[in-house]
Amino acid sequence: MAEKGDNGIEVDGLVRDFKGGVRAVDGIDLRVAPGEIYGFLGPNGAGKSTTSLILTTLLPPTAGSARVAGLDVVHHGSEVRRLIGASLQDSALDPFLTGSEHMRLQSSLHGLPKPQREARGRELLAQVGLTEAAERKVGGYSGGMKRRLDLALALVHRPRLLFLDEPTTGLDPQSRAALWDEVRRLSVDGVTVFLTTQYLEEADALADRVGIIDHGRIVAEGTPAELKAAIGRPSVEAVPHDPGERERLAAVLERFGEPAAAASNGVAVRLPRGAGDLAEIVRAIDAENLQVADLRLHSPTLDDVFLAKTGRSLEGSAEDDDAEPAPETIPA
Amino acid sequence: MSASLITQVGSLAQRSMLKTLRQPFQMFPIIFFPAILLIINASGLHAATLLPGFPTHSYVSFAIAVAFIQGAMFSLINTGTNLAEDIETGFFNRLALTPLRRVSLIAGLLVGVAALGAMQSVVYILLGVLVGAHLDAGLGGALVVIVLGSLTALAFSSFGCVAALRTGSSEAVQGLFPLFFVFIFLSSSNLPRSLLKTPWFHTVATWNPISYLIEGFRSLYIFGWDQTALLRGFGVAIGLLLLGLLAVQWAMKTRLQRT
Amino acid sequence: MGDENEAATNVSATTHTTSGEPPPTPPSSPSPATPHEPQARSTVWGVALAIAWRGVHTYVRRPELAIPSLVFPLIFLASFAGGLSALGGVPGFDFPAGYTAFQFVFVLLQAAMFSGLFTGFTIAFDFESGFARRLMLAAGNRRGVALGYALVALTRATITLTVVTGVALLAGMQITGDGVDMFGLYALAALLVLVGFGWAAGVAFRFRTIQAGPLMQTPVFLILFLAPVFVPLPLLRGWIHSVASVNPATAFLDAGRGLISGVHNHTALAYICAVALIGVFTLWTLRGLLAAERAG
Repeated sequence: MAEKGDNGIEVDGLVRDFKGGVRAVDGIDLRVAPGEIYGFLGPNGAGKSTTSLILTTLLPPTAGSARVAGLDVVHHGSEVRRLIGASLQDSALDPFLTGSEHMRLQSSLHGLPKPQREARGRELLAQVGLTEAAERKVGGYSGGMKRRLDLALALVHRPRLLFLDEPTTGLDPQSRAALWDEVRRLSVDGVTVFLTTQYLEEADALADRVGIIDHGRIVAEGTPAELKAAIGRPSVEAVPHDPGERERLAAVLERFGEPAAAASNGVAVRLPRGAGDLAEIVRAIDAENLQVADLRLHSPTLDDVFLAKTGRSLEGSAEDDDAEPAPETIPA
Repeated sequence: MSASLITQVGSLAQRSMLKTLRQPFQMFPIIFFPAILLIINASGLHAATLLPGFPTHSYVSFAIAVAFIQGAMFSLINTGTNLAEDIETGFFNRLALTPLRRVSLIAGLLVGVAALGAMQSVVYILLGVLVGAHLDAGLGGALVVIVLGSLTALAFSSFGCVAALRTGSSEAVQGLFPLFFVFIFLSSSNLPRSLLKTPWFHTVATWNPISYLIEGFRSLYIFGWDQTALLRGFGVAIGLLLLGLLAVQWAMKTRLQRT
Repeated sequence: MGDENEAATNVSATTHTTSGEPPPTPPSSPSPATPHEPQARSTVWGVALAIAWRGVHTYVRRPELAIPSLVFPLIFLASFAGGLSALGGVPGFDFPAGYTAFQFVFVLLQAAMFSGLFTGFTIAFDFESGFARRLMLAAGNRRGVALGYALVALTRATITLTVVTGVALLAGMQITGDGVDMFGLYALAALLVLVGFGWAAGVAFRFRTIQAGPLMQTPVFLILFLAPVFVPLPLLRGWIHSVASVNPATAFLDAGRGLISGVHNHTALAYICAVALIGVFTLWTLRGLLAAERAG
């Protein structure tokens, strides 16, 4: 079990520029407490992976500072690497080596004494459910198996901090759930987890706190509940069966709250007293003999938070023009 | 804790060799093409031995030297491609996240290449025996051939590593294949330099370091112990290796920005 | 960590109309599908020309694809014509147009076959990327797909052979044949483009992966080199003389060298062999196309 101690993350004014004037990270400040699962949420090209690469010492920052487990990532890179594990965006496996061979290679490179290597490898492979596939070449593994092996390799040297960069991208729901369980277990054991993701439900399900990044800057930070509550209360939206009744419907709803954004053929209001008013709203609509084609209750999501902060929806912003450049190929 | 340099290099060398040996289609061109070209050219160019001044009556003994160079060229492509694939898949980053020393990253790869280069050389020596090439320098010469073959594969593969580190793309590395192969063709691979009648070709072959490598191997087969040819051959191999390693160090700076 | 999920359980609450009637179709719904209209490009030639356009467009847009197919013939020309010119002095070597022209014919015909071969690589790449599936789905007549790629091969060969000819002429190559002879030489080259393509395309359609590249390349390479590449057939000795005597590539080289020198040799045999091979490989390609269709 990893010790709870100084295994947090502190980032101040972090900047990373690439050739061509691309600023992938534009002054990030954040704190991750020891033992916390911190979700770093944002669309493609927001700067999540670049931040991960800086914090894992694979890329130097252009400006600002970052301390991982109390050590500066620039000046104490090798010490930082001994304390962290990372499962980056690619599964980063050799298709011609078996699972066991990967474990042996990783453990020998981390300097585990020879007698311990086999045992540690078996232990971790069992932990991620790959014992039976251990002697098969990784080229024949499914996507979920590769991700699990990737996670196991990141844990070989019992790191105090774990960086997971989009760990469940491309996985089926079952594999995703299994990986989530593993991450939760690690957190219970005291490992600090820095999780980058573009999936709202992943951040919602796993993270103690979430930082939302867009265009290289953190636009919101807090627990998922805090973030959602901060942008407002639930809203109710109704679509009249007869479009001509829209104004009458709006008048009814506005008795319960302030108007909110709705579809072109509907009406919506925000409910200051919460979802408890829903029954009253239905009775009020019925009392006016209005017929509705659709009535929905919306609770704020992290996507709503992103929308409120950036004017765009997170789930529609995958085709962002300012995609992060591949950091290895075009340094500033 | 971190592993010793020897452990790190050994682990990566082991992986490098395993990876190559588990990809038979990578070994196939290394063995097949030099062999087939040797067999074909030995017969097809036999008429060259009729030219006044041709140093031997056996064209196969003359031509076998080229097999070692061709094999080294394929090693260059395979090594570069494997490293580029590691970069593409992120495996390179995985290694960078360990306490691996920077020098170990490439040394491990190249030690594997040197071992494979020696194995290749043994195969070509045996091939030569099969097709009737006579090694004038005997068993001692065979050992020298193996050392020179290993050194040549190592030198060439270092340039393959440079290509991989600079481009990060296996497709780009393979696209460089014609460029590297030009050096074999524009050399004294098919005729001795004294019989290259086209002036520009003679000049190019004289300046081409590959000519001296080929002549180094060839001297052991045709002349036995030719000190000048051997010194030149080893000199070029070592020189190319040093140049290659310097270039690797330079290329690593942009590829591995690890703090 | 779980309290924020409380709201999530409410999110899915949805209440529908009490009237029981289905909601009206929103104006943004797509209109019902129009009946299928015959495509103007569903003929074999229509499909072929579309694919040919795309192939040439790609070739021009990505010069890195062109480089290997241009570089290799030039390397061979420089190396063989330049490096082996002394062979022209071997007793019994008597070629009117000189050694450069002697080697030029080999390089030209080899480049022609390899142009066809490289197009087979393109087919394999297209299958691996999934693009070929798109073509198979869209093409009204799938034979047009094979024909289109053949047109791509011929177009690429035209570029390559033009460059190689230009370089050879600049290097001082002599031509002692006449205009008809030279037309015959390039016509033979065009036929060999289709021979190389036919073989490679059949392999590509069957295996649908670039891993089959060596299978496409090796037989062509062997057939070309087991022929009188460096010296005429009478100057070959041993087993290679026996093999070259029955190798159709010998007829191609003899015919080509005869045409460039004006001293005709095995011209008719070469054309007959080429046409026959085209016939055989056309069947090979079309059956490969069927295999690709069956594989989906």
